[in-house]
Amino acid sequence: MEQNKDDKSFEQCIKCTVCTVYCPVTAVNPEYPGPKQAGPDGERYRLKNPYFYDDSLDFCLNCKRCEVACPSNVKIGDIIQSARLKYSKKKPKLRDYMLANTDIMGSLATTFAPLVNASLKLSPVKSLMDQVLSIDHRRTFPAYSGQKFETWFKKNAVGKQNNFNKYVSYFHGCYANYNYPKLGKDFVKILNAIGYGVRLLEKEKCCGVALIANGMAAQAKEQAEINMASARKAVQSGTPVLTTSSTCTFTMRDEYPHLLQVDNTDVRDNIMLATKFIFELVDSGKVKLSFKKEYQKRIAYHTPCHMEKLGWAIYSTSLLQMIPGIDFIMLDSQCCGIAGTYGFKKENYPYSQKIGEPLFKQIQGLNVDLVATDCETCKWQIEMSTGVTVENPISILADALDVEETERLNK
Amino acid sequence: MGENKRNHFDVIVIGGGITGAGTARDCALRGLKTLLVERSDLTTGATGRNHGLLHSGARYAVTDQESATECIKENMILRKVARHCVEETDGLFITLPEDDLSFQNTFIDACTRAGIRAEAIDPEEAKRLEPSVNKTLIGAVRVPDGSVDPFRLTTANALDARLHGAEVLTYHEVIDFIKDGKRVVGVKLLNNRTKETVEIFAYITINAGGIWGHRIAAMAGATVNMFPAKGALLIFGHRVNNLVLNRCRKPADADILVPGDTICVIGTTSSRVPYEEIDNMQVTPEEVDLLLREGEKLAPCLANTRILRAYAGVRPLVAADNDPSGRSISRGIVCLDHETRDDIPGFITITGGKLMTYRLMAEWATDLACKKLGNTKKCQTAEICLPGSESEQEEGSEKNNKNYSVPKPNIGSRAAEGRHGTRSKKISADNRYDRSLVCECEEVSIGEVNYAIEELRVHNLINLRRRTRVGMGTCQGELCACRAAGLLSKANGCAEKAQEDLADFLNERWHGMYPVAWNETLCETQFTSWIYEGVCGLDLFAEQK
Repeated sequence: MEQNKDDKSFEQCIKCTVCTVYCPVTAVNPEYPGPKQAGPDGERYRLKNPYFYDDSLDFCLNCKRCEVACPSNVKIGDIIQSARLKYSKKKPKLRDYMLANTDIMGSLATTFAPLVNASLKLSPVKSLMDQVLSIDHRRTFPAYSGQKFETWFKKNAVGKQNNFNKYVSYFHGCYANYNYPKLGKDFVKILNAIGYGVRLLEKEKCCGVALIANGMAAQAKEQAEINMASARKAVQSGTPVLTTSSTCTFTMRDEYPHLLQVDNTDVRDNIMLATKFIFELVDSGKVKLSFKKEYQKRIAYHTPCHMEKLGWAIYSTSLLQMIPGIDFIMLDSQCCGIAGTYGFKKENYPYSQKIGEPLFKQIQGLNVDLVATDCETCKWQIEMSTGVTVENPISILADALDVEETERLNK
Repeated sequence: MGENKRNHFDVIVIGGGITGAGTARDCALRGLKTLLVERSDLTTGATGRNHGLLHSGARYAVTDQESATECIKENMILRKVARHCVEETDGLFITLPEDDLSFQNTFIDACTRAGIRAEAIDPEEAKRLEPSVNKTLIGAVRVPDGSVDPFRLTTANALDARLHGAEVLTYHEVIDFIKDGKRVVGVKLLNNRTKETVEIFAYITINAGGIWGHRIAAMAGATVNMFPAKGALLIFGHRVNNLVLNRCRKPADADILVPGDTICVIGTTSSRVPYEEIDNMQVTPEEVDLLLREGEKLAPCLANTRILRAYAGVRPLVAADNDPSGRSISRGIVCLDHETRDDIPGFITITGGKLMTYRLMAEWATDLACKKLGNTKKCQTAEICLPGSESEQEEGSEKNNKNYSVPKPNIGSRAAEGRHGTRSKKISADNRYDRSLVCECEEVSIGEVNYAIEELRVHNLINLRRRTRVGMGTCQGELCACRAAGLLSKANGCAEKAQEDLADFLNERWHGMYPVAWNETLCETQFTSWIYEGVCGLDLFAEQK
């Protein structure tokens, strides 16, 4: 808590209010006081007396667009999230536990994947979840995979990984593990093709982003410590920790120290998105990529909010634009509205959809084959709201890659 | 003599500071037909320019037992009758390595003798209770200090006086006394806004003019020698401490840090100023340096905490000797019956004392006035709660949302309740317009501004600031001043006046920011001037004038 207390960045606020202009929630929900009010302004009152904590802070998406907009370097989003963790008296509901514990729910669901997937599509189930759990019935659930990525990796890939002299560690995250192992497989395919063996972390827990958002800081901190211990071992053995989810990446790099007071200074620079790692290798001439001649797609890239905060969209988009057959379109940078578990909640659903509306309209007007984005929850939201298929840039790259030729180039 | 019912009172009280407002209230409660006159706004003088410290009396215990005893009594009374103006924070008197630890026992003994609960605590416990405290402390004593909002307290007293039939005239300056022989029978008032003069009559006139009481007394033909001692203070951008911090040693410069509302205040300095300068106090760079240097010893984090502004007040001490520091002068109450003292019947001066003892000062002055008027009613100000602090059963209603006029309490409605107590129910929050904020830093809604305009004698933005905290927050008027000016212009129906008022207000804000204009404070002023000069063209308006 000390670190938190000493963060006086709220004092740098000169009340220019540009954060509120960029806040996706303020634009659609008059009940939300906006980042300036909820953040630096409210902080002075909360320091006076925690009684001034206001539950409307729960409307914050934690998108951090306020921080990106701030010219005075005020950690507005962190101030709001810290306040929620510190002062909120709301106890997480059963629903919040279920949504926040992505790995426990994922483990359960993958075991009974066909049953779970089928029932989550049934309207009686949806209406029951809506009534009992306040998970909005209009929300489409991501499908669970029958086999976890980790299981696949241990069965099919781990043996081949020893044939390399350079290695990376992979933090796959819950989504690649439980919902969409293909993303993990695509990652292994590309890294192997450019001459890197892939290792999993000694122990990987959910990054905890959903726990933080649902007020379960203590559990999030435990998981963060485990992840950082594993990352530390990987980094000490000389491998960077690569990821395929912008949110997990952002959480481990920035939310751990800022919100959970988990020190990561020794590993932070070595935790990065795979697209950044690959782009830098290609850009510096250390790696060459070759693509299939027949790959032809019209693809629009959506910048997830946390990608905007990381400032890394440039790596993913530059990599995509290296594929000769891609007709690339950059979408306007705006929040899709889901913000992880936020958009699943009944009380947030209408705002969630309203926030994403301009983005959905833009996508629908473009007639693209695919939307590319680095965040899985953006993917769910855009697929559900536009009907357009969304892929991670790593999957697109893997599909377009001429693996044999790439392997040959990087021998 | 031109007297009639409308312009004849039992008592005229001169001075809209806490003493005057308190005296007017006491008179009104005892059934006297009372008029309170103030040449400017309420709380313009020393009342609005101090620490806002609810003294336990501990500070005076060693040097002035009488003041200490008065303080602790009044402290306990104010906690009861002025609940919404007071914060019961408690305070620490800390001993640093450079101080003499043996003073602690002398201090505790003196406190105990004065009836002040003073308890030595372990330095470790002190650090736990108040994490901002200087970690090198070697001793700490806990006392029942607190903070009191002098603006709120004065407003509540003036309001209650009005609710009990008194009249309050702000911007009315006494330019002469009307005498019948030696007796003061009334005053000649100049309306400082319209420049009209009016004569008002009363059986008794009470001079509660604070440091200006010296001039007022002179006008009536009496000599009251005041000792103008300037005290400078700094306001920080947020609360770094939740307990009042004092040094456990003989009172010296800049050794009190008081948490008040959303901010905290370090002070004060003490220097003698010529009487001619009391209307124009400037804080010097040397004073700012001294305040910071000493302040950091109490709470080291002050070194990198944003400073909002600097201000200075003049202590209305009655000169008793030629003490150059002014600190050894008793802060005791001086109530002068000029009939017996100077052969001027109908005239009383109440002075000396301090914010903490205003109620007692009012009681003394009112007792004397009542005696002269043959009124036998007893003083009730120690029992009857001020408006906003009424009814015990509603105590803790801050935590009880049921009484809210707002459907869902937000920071704004909670802040308003803190400022106006139970009176906050009168603030309209029926619709989104009324709930929307004028001042974002201090959470003042349109409903609250309109309430202040309608009920609390607000003519201009500075009045509004004192009643509501508009413009007292981090941005010092950057966002709220033009919004508030818009509402005032709507209420007064004059846009040009509002524009003039806006310029005055921003200049007044700048006056306090100038001595500390570096870092964020400088950025803020720069940004404010871009908005008001660059975008709104307020400088062009000023040039035209």
